[in-house]
Amino acid sequence: MASLSPQRLRELREQANLVRQGIIRSLLSAGSGHSAGSLDMADIFTALYGHILHHDPKHPEMPDRDRLLLSCGHIAPVRYSAMAYAGYFPVDELLTLRKFGTRLQGHPERTRMAALETTSGPLGEGLAQGTGMALAAKADQQSWRVYVVTSDAEHQCGLHWEAVMTAAKFKLDNLMCIIDRNFIQIDGSTEDVMPLEPLAGKYRSFNWNVAECDGNDIGAFIETVERAKTVTGKPTVIIANTVPGKGISYMEGDYTWHGKPPNKEQADAALRELEAEREKILAHV
Amino acid sequence: MSDTSVLEGEAHSMHLVDYRDAASLKQVPTRNGFGEGLIEAGTRNANVIAICADLAESTRMEGFKKAHPSQYFEIGVAEQMLVAMAGGLAAAGKIPWIASYAMFNPGRSWEQVRTIMALNETNVKIAGAHAGVSVGPDGATHQAIEDIAIMRVIPHMMVVVPCDSVQTKKATLALSEKFGPAYLRFARDKSAIVTTDQTPFEIGKAQTFRDGGDVAIVACGILVYNALIAADELAREDGIECRVINNHTIKPMDAPAILTAARECGAVVTVEEHQKHAGMGSRVAEILVQEHPVPMEFIGVDDTFGQSGDPVELIEFYGMGTKSIKEAARRAYARKPR
Repeated sequence: MASLSPQRLRELREQANLVRQGIIRSLLSAGSGHSAGSLDMADIFTALYGHILHHDPKHPEMPDRDRLLLSCGHIAPVRYSAMAYAGYFPVDELLTLRKFGTRLQGHPERTRMAALETTSGPLGEGLAQGTGMALAAKADQQSWRVYVVTSDAEHQCGLHWEAVMTAAKFKLDNLMCIIDRNFIQIDGSTEDVMPLEPLAGKYRSFNWNVAECDGNDIGAFIETVERAKTVTGKPTVIIANTVPGKGISYMEGDYTWHGKPPNKEQADAALRELEAEREKILAHV
Repeated sequence: MSDTSVLEGEAHSMHLVDYRDAASLKQVPTRNGFGEGLIEAGTRNANVIAICADLAESTRMEGFKKAHPSQYFEIGVAEQMLVAMAGGLAAAGKIPWIASYAMFNPGRSWEQVRTIMALNETNVKIAGAHAGVSVGPDGATHQAIEDIAIMRVIPHMMVVVPCDSVQTKKATLALSEKFGPAYLRFARDKSAIVTTDQTPFEIGKAQTFRDGGDVAIVACGILVYNALIAADELAREDGIECRVINNHTIKPMDAPAILTAARECGAVVTVEEHQKHAGMGSRVAEILVQEHPVPMEFIGVDDTFGQSGDPVELIEFYGMGTKSIKEAARRAYARKPR
C-alpha cells in the first residue's frame, strides 16, 4: 500500500478523535463498560478500518475481505465506534451499546453482526480462532489476511500460547497479532499481577516475527504493519505500546479506568477535551 | 409369558442382526465406525477436515490422515486450541471434525465449546472418544461420564450417542452433512454390532429396536445391546415385555417417541453409560414429567467416579449390566398403577 500523505494522516487522526468521542458517548449511554482499553486502541482501530484492511462496510461478508478479530471483547466500544465511523452502521446506534435488543452487545456476538467475525469476551481465544482462519486461507490459496487484536493481560491465558505455537508451526505469514500493550488489567499492573516481560522475547522464542511501535501513533503503526506484511514464513506480532485511557487526561495511565464508564460530568469533560484536540488537528497544529 | 420377536411390529423395519445369537455377533469398537465414516465424509466433501490432539490412532483419525493428508492437521496436546482453531476454520467454510478423549474435549475445553462452537453457531463437530467407564484400565481420570450433561445443556448443540460401530459410521456421515455444532460420543472397547447397513438412521429420530408394551427401556450407546438382552431375559423369566428404544440423539431428543413409549408402556427405564445425574435419562424425565409422568428408573453411574478394571467388569460393578437393567425394569413395572 502507498505511504500515507500528511493530509490523509490528518484525516485519520481526526477520525480517531471522533472514534474516541463515540466511545465516550456510548459508554455514558450504557452506564457500564470498559473505558481505558477502548480509548487507547482508537488510533489502531481507525488505522485498520481507514487504511490497512481490505474491506467494504456495504458488503461485510465479502469473501476476500481481511478478517479483523477482537480477542479482548471487553473493548468492544472501540470496535463499534470505529465501525460506525467507517460506515458499517449509523453513528447514533452507538448509543444502544449494552441495551436490551441491541446488536452492540456488551461483548461482541458475530451472530448479531457478521462483520464482527467472532464472538469474543472470554479471554485468550481470539488468536486461536484467527489461526484457524489463516490456516483455511492458506489451504484454499486465498490472499486475505487475518488481524487479531489482543490485550496484554490475556497473554496470561494458556490457550493463547497454544495458538502462538500452532501459528508458528503452520508458518502463517498471513496472520498478525496486535497487542494492546497498556500494562494494565483489572487488578492493577500486568507486571504485578502476572509479569509478561520479556514479551517480545517470548514471541521470538516461539519463532514469530516481532515488531514494536507506539500504538497511539497512527503513522508509526501503519508503517509497522506494512513492513510486517513483507515477512514470509512466520506470523507477526506487533507489540503496540499504548497509554491506557489515551486522549482523556484524567484517565490516562490509571488502571482503575479499566472496567468502568465515565459519569455525565466526566463524559462532558472528556468530550470538551476531545473537541479541543480535534480543533487542533483540523488547524494542522 | 408371550413370545415377542424382533421380527414383529415397528422393530421389524429396523433390520437388526439376530442379536440373540451371541456366537454370531460381531464385536467392534464404536470408534472404528467413526474412523470409517470420517474417511468417507472427507471423500464426499473436501471441506471436511480433521484435527487431532495427539490421539490419531486411538480416536481412529489415523485412517483419515492417510486417506486425506491435505485435509488433516495435528496440533499436539492442546484441547482448547482444538476447539478454537476449528472455530476459525469453520468460519472460513471448513467442516472440522476434532478429536480427543471425551474427558479432555469437551471436558477440558467446555468454555470454548460453549462460546466458539455454540454461541457463535459454528459448524464444528466434536468426536468424543473413550467415553464411559468401559475405557477400562486407564481408570477414572480418562473415563468421561459427565460429558452428556455438559453438552446437552448448551443451546444449539446436537448430541449423538450411537449404539454400535455401524451406526457410528452413519452418524458421522449424517453430522458431516448437517450444519451446526455437534457432539458425537463413542467408546473404546469392542461392543456388539446390532444394526446393519439397512438399519435407518436419522439425527433426532429415536428407534424402536424391540416391541413390547409393559415397560419402555430407553437406551443409548453400547448399552443398547445390554437393554435388548435384558428385555429378552425378562420376557422369558417374568413374562414382562419391554419395548427397547435406541435413543441415539440426546439433543434434539425425539420427544414424541419418548411420550408415545411412556403412554403405551406406562413405565420407563433409561440406560446410559454416564452419570445418572443430568444425562440422557434426565432429559427423558424432563420431557415426561411435564406431559406424561410415569414410574421411571435410571440405569447409569450413581454419583461416583470410575476406576481401573476390565470394561465388562466395570459395567457390571457400576450397575449397568443386564442384571441391573432387569431389576430396574421389574421395579418400574411393579410401580405401575393397577
